[in-house]
Amino acid sequence: MALRQAAIYGKGGIGKSTTTQNLVAALAEMGKKVMIVGCDPKADSTRLILHSKAQTTVMHLAAEAGSVEDLELEDVMAMGYADIKCVESGGPEPGVGCAGRGVITAINFLEEEGAYDEELDFVFYDVLGDVVCGGFAMPIRENKAQEIYIVVSGEMMAMYAANNIAKGIVKYASSGSVRLAGLICNSRNTDREDELIEALANRLGTTMIHFVPRDNAVQHAEIRRMTCIEYDPKANQSDEYRALARKLVDNKNFVVPTPLEMEDLEELLMEFGILEEDDETIIGKKADEVVA
Amino acid sequence: MSKLSKDEARALIQEVLEVYPEKAKEDRAKHLAVNDASGNEESQKCVTSNRKSLPGVMTIRGCAYAGSKGVVWGPIKDMIHVSHGPVGCGQYSRAGRRNYYVGTTGVDSFGTMNFTSDFQEKDIVFGGDKKLAKLIGEIDQLFPLNRGVSVQSECPIGLIGDDIEAVSKASSKEISKPVIPVRCEGFRGVSQSLGHHIANDAIRDHVFDREGGGNGVEPGQYDVAILGDYNIGGDAWSSRILLEEMGLRVVAQWSGDGTLAEMEQTPKVKLNLLHCYRSMNYISRHMEEKYGIPWVEYNFFGPTKIAESLRKIASYFDDSIKAGAEKVIAKYQAMMDEVIAKYKPRLEGKKVMLYVGGLRPRHVIGAYEDLGMEVVGTGYEFGHKDDYERTNEDVKNATLIYDDVTGFEFEEFVKRVKPDLVGSGVKEKYIFQKMGVPFRQMHSWDYSGPYHGYDGFAIFAKDMDMTLNNPCWSQMTPPWKASDEADSKAVA
Repeated sequence: MALRQAAIYGKGGIGKSTTTQNLVAALAEMGKKVMIVGCDPKADSTRLILHSKAQTTVMHLAAEAGSVEDLELEDVMAMGYADIKCVESGGPEPGVGCAGRGVITAINFLEEEGAYDEELDFVFYDVLGDVVCGGFAMPIRENKAQEIYIVVSGEMMAMYAANNIAKGIVKYASSGSVRLAGLICNSRNTDREDELIEALANRLGTTMIHFVPRDNAVQHAEIRRMTCIEYDPKANQSDEYRALARKLVDNKNFVVPTPLEMEDLEELLMEFGILEEDDETIIGKKADEVVA
Repeated sequence: MSKLSKDEARALIQEVLEVYPEKAKEDRAKHLAVNDASGNEESQKCVTSNRKSLPGVMTIRGCAYAGSKGVVWGPIKDMIHVSHGPVGCGQYSRAGRRNYYVGTTGVDSFGTMNFTSDFQEKDIVFGGDKKLAKLIGEIDQLFPLNRGVSVQSECPIGLIGDDIEAVSKASSKEISKPVIPVRCEGFRGVSQSLGHHIANDAIRDHVFDREGGGNGVEPGQYDVAILGDYNIGGDAWSSRILLEEMGLRVVAQWSGDGTLAEMEQTPKVKLNLLHCYRSMNYISRHMEEKYGIPWVEYNFFGPTKIAESLRKIASYFDDSIKAGAEKVIAKYQAMMDEVIAKYKPRLEGKKVMLYVGGLRPRHVIGAYEDLGMEVVGTGYEFGHKDDYERTNEDVKNATLIYDDVTGFEFEEFVKRVKPDLVGSGVKEKYIFQKMGVPFRQMHSWDYSGPYHGYDGFAIFAKDMDMTLNNPCWSQMTPPWKASDEADSKAVA
């Protein structure tokens, strides 16, 4: 099987890292060889696999050694649950330096050092919330991730973010082979959430690949710095992640997305009662004026 | 070859513009003009300037960092100027401008040295603030006689948002000397011009009014400062002596052979003398507004302009200075007559085309005219509207004016105008020499100088003669002469 590279995007706090790690654990359980590349200066993309607080990152090691050229692959790569390979790009504290450059440097290093060996079945890039600059688009440039999964929930801002990410994918899809591969709904228990995300997926030209229900088992596992799959393999939630993993393995639906115009997105949200129709008569009116 | 007429010059511009795509043609047309001395309203119109260069053309411009570090701050000799960012910006511009200074390099003066934070990948990712603080400490330890440090930002500093202001403030306390942050990231603005402005603003904000600043000189009624003389090949020295001989006291000289204390002393002078208007008009205006110090532009190229300028400067002072100016003019008259008698017959009637920066596109015209030469084309790398307004007064009818000229335009103009001499920078030098056209490098005076003042004019005249009448030119035939010769042979 040829190496498949996937990037996981989505609004900050939506559960990208948790979903990715549980998904990867399920794939590894199936016997797949997987690597996770964390592309977030917080470096929390591999903690559930490694049972650690935060993995020592490529950029921190490079800073200590002098430059990335002084590093070896084994310095930065850790093995975790079910032999999952883990790398964190790392980056600066909030407010200083350039995190985007850190991602670029780290991924270039992995390529040059041959981290993408032939035995791997999957590489997953777990990317920070918004694609704020070129550095965070690095994983979806030429010859890197070709499948993008967007983690989303039925909340308005999560869907806005998903639509914006789809716009970014269009840009890179036109110049390369990157494609939208599906939405993963990480449920927040909002009303008619599955229908809504399916409708959104439909409008974007893709599918909701799986609906992951909300379950406290995930939190119980996280407290122990473990994935649900490892902590409680028999839990219902573990089966949900296994289902997601199977669907992902079989997924062949890779598309250039058709992002929605803002008005269409708002219409969709209104249809599901998440957004109320604008009352044009109150726009720009102060509280006392509205009363009058 | 006689000079082009106004109509011929206009036709030439149209012809040169022809090769450009429509949009580029429209843009470049605004930057090219033929000077019209008829005095009507149309003739007062300036070319468009200070705009972004077109992508795809060869421009001769620099960047904001070049304007601040290379021009304004770099020559302040007793401070250490840190090129903050990757190594190249500082290293490839090191000591290139020939700003002469007196002092012991590496001990009390640092003009030709390169100090850089030498950014690596990790500094980009994690920020360079800590490294900057550390290197300022090291600088002060290794070079204890420095009077202060300036931090000259290269491009990445602005991109990654390093807080050089905070580091400078803390470091200044630590070493008990001024540490001055300058936000002259290269990508700012359209040329080096914005870098001059940013550097001027940094002087305003961080140098003036510092407690304990100045060189301790008791202010006097004849105190003046030279602004915008970079002492290229010793220019400021050959200017300064004239001012001193006429009775003025030069207490500050910026920034060629200048010091921090001199800059601090400047708000106490009676008159600011501004040579390079483009790069230091900002600080002159500030001192006028804040301290009520008048400023006057002057021109020390060639005896005519020098005499005019000395009288203009003297007009701000009492009769003793006015008499001093006359005395100076008279003193050098014989020497000037001798220079002109020697070189004018060898240079008379020769045509010159210039393309340089700062003040030279207009200021050197007088010096050429003193030698009987005519400037038939001139332009600024990074001039603004006010530069072109000032130029209109100095150039003759039908002179070609070109702003931010492209490599292509300049070559085509020279091919057709066929000047006897081209004066521009090192990148242009070999192109024109290979075309068989005598060339002077007018940024660094071609490793000669000074050219300012009476002493400078003697060297200027000798250099122009040496270049134009160099026997090597008779050994090669430029293409147009080759065809002329063929024609005349055919006729014969």
